[in-house]
Amino acid sequence: MDESIYREQIIDLYEHPLNYGKLEPADFSYEEDNPLCGDVVRIDVRLDENNRVAEVAWSGDGCAISQASASLLTEEIKGMTLDEVRAFPKERLLELIGVPLSMARVKCALLSLKVLKAGAYGMPDPEILRKQTNQTEE
Amino acid sequence: MYGFFLVPADFFGIFWVMTMFDVDKIRADFPVLQEEVYPGVPLVYLDSAASSQKPLVVIEAMNEYYRRYNANVHRGIHRLSEEATNAYEGARERIARFINAAESCEIIYVRNATEGFNLVAYSWGRANIKPGDEILLTEMEHHANIVPWQLLVQEKGAVLRYVPFNEDGTLDLSSLSELLTERTRLFSFTAVSNVFGTINPVKQLVDAAHAVGALVMVDAAQAVPHMAVDVQAWDCDFMAFSSHKMCGPTGIGVLYGKRELLEAMPPFMGGGDMIRRVRLDGSTWNDLPWKFEAGTPSIAEAIGLGTAVDYLTNLGMDNIHAHEQFITNYALEALSEVPGLKVYGPPANQKAGVAAFTLKGLHPHDISELLDKDGIAIRAGHHCAMPLHHKLGLAATARASFYLHTTTQEIDKLVISLHRARKIFRL
Repeated sequence: MDESIYREQIIDLYEHPLNYGKLEPADFSYEEDNPLCGDVVRIDVRLDENNRVAEVAWSGDGCAISQASASLLTEEIKGMTLDEVRAFPKERLLELIGVPLSMARVKCALLSLKVLKAGAYGMPDPEILRKQTNQTEE
Repeated sequence: MYGFFLVPADFFGIFWVMTMFDVDKIRADFPVLQEEVYPGVPLVYLDSAASSQKPLVVIEAMNEYYRRYNANVHRGIHRLSEEATNAYEGARERIARFINAAESCEIIYVRNATEGFNLVAYSWGRANIKPGDEILLTEMEHHANIVPWQLLVQEKGAVLRYVPFNEDGTLDLSSLSELLTERTRLFSFTAVSNVFGTINPVKQLVDAAHAVGALVMVDAAQAVPHMAVDVQAWDCDFMAFSSHKMCGPTGIGVLYGKRELLEAMPPFMGGGDMIRRVRLDGSTWNDLPWKFEAGTPSIAEAIGLGTAVDYLTNLGMDNIHAHEQFITNYALEALSEVPGLKVYGPPANQKAGVAAFTLKGLHPHDISELLDKDGIAIRAGHHCAMPLHHKLGLAATARASFYLHTTTQEIDKLVISLHRARKIFRL
């Protein structure tokens, strides 16, 4: 039978995840689970002075698809601006995973992106933060 | 009838199952079991605990209602309505006999077991639970037997308590004397765990609750489909189960309640059929069971459930249970040969046909996906029992569940497929 969803890359990433760990402190962190299966993904991001992703780490527990997706996503967003992260299209992540997924498994695949975006949108705009800081200093 | 042969019970059971219970013949009754999931890959359905397959007689009974005598019940003075009403109420009588209820008016049609719990929580609970009262559950309950009570105690300022389970998936009965007190108004527990498969000592638990004056509600969703259930022998006050897990259709289930309790309870939902008289300034209620059946009910589904009850009765619940015990025994033995596999719950002789397991290095979702490629349907997840999984420190398990049509060959396929899954994951 067709086992294409468990192609080499997915199993490799499941065995040896990329960017696995935690960043403390981080500019934004977010964690969420998939209520269907209980998979958990947390993503921590540090931005540089230009609001680009300088460091990113993910941690969690779940199936091969959700874990491989977190590795691929965190690898892909390095160097992206906060706005680019917020606009990251889910089609791009599915393309990176590159295997045909059933509807239930698409949720596994997109869990890391959901977590990343919730973190990115939840973070106050750094420009506004800077202005606020300047105002207090004044 | 074979009692005088004086053979050991296990041998007798297996001998009987092999000779008298014709699984091939039973399989032929289920259209879906003749299907291929993928070209050349026949279905191996090991997910009956989530929802069972339907024999042709059940499908046909519902079709026949729609094709030949479709009409509303309890309303029309015409032949079709009369025939529909007879079929709908006849099903209720057979269901009552099936679980040995004293009267058929103690059988309330609901949508599923979940609605049964909600009905009791809203109707009995709202009228009887006061601040400081306690409702006792167990840590192995399905969400259907947790969340309705959580909503109730929040509203009433009452307290929920839980009987813990032991490492082997049996209830910690030693905690009962402490947890059942004069404050306990209701003890609601499952007869059979949908994860561990544990067959709980229902009668013992009912007696312990009654001894402190508490009422008892039994979750029989995993019991009624698989073994003979006698509500009068158990002496439970309420019991709920779903049709779709016992060869019947979705959209219907049963709440059993003792007559005097149901009579004293206010209605759950208002509308047609549940009233005796409606005036603009108020209404009076219909008799049992219709007081709890507002609006046009699931007529075809009730007829389908009645036919499922006939089907199971003809095969004999004790025979079905013996077959499942045989299969469960075989499955636990076979699964123990898969490296890194751990089955949760008690040994086969204390367990219904459920094997929830984990496989080291493989997430339950991946297991399920890989088995599916071999046509094998299992469930992966928390099986609506998150507190149970949380206590085990697990997010999810894989669960294979067995029914009257499960064969040893299907268990062999499961084991082969699990070995293959390990290989794909380089284990």
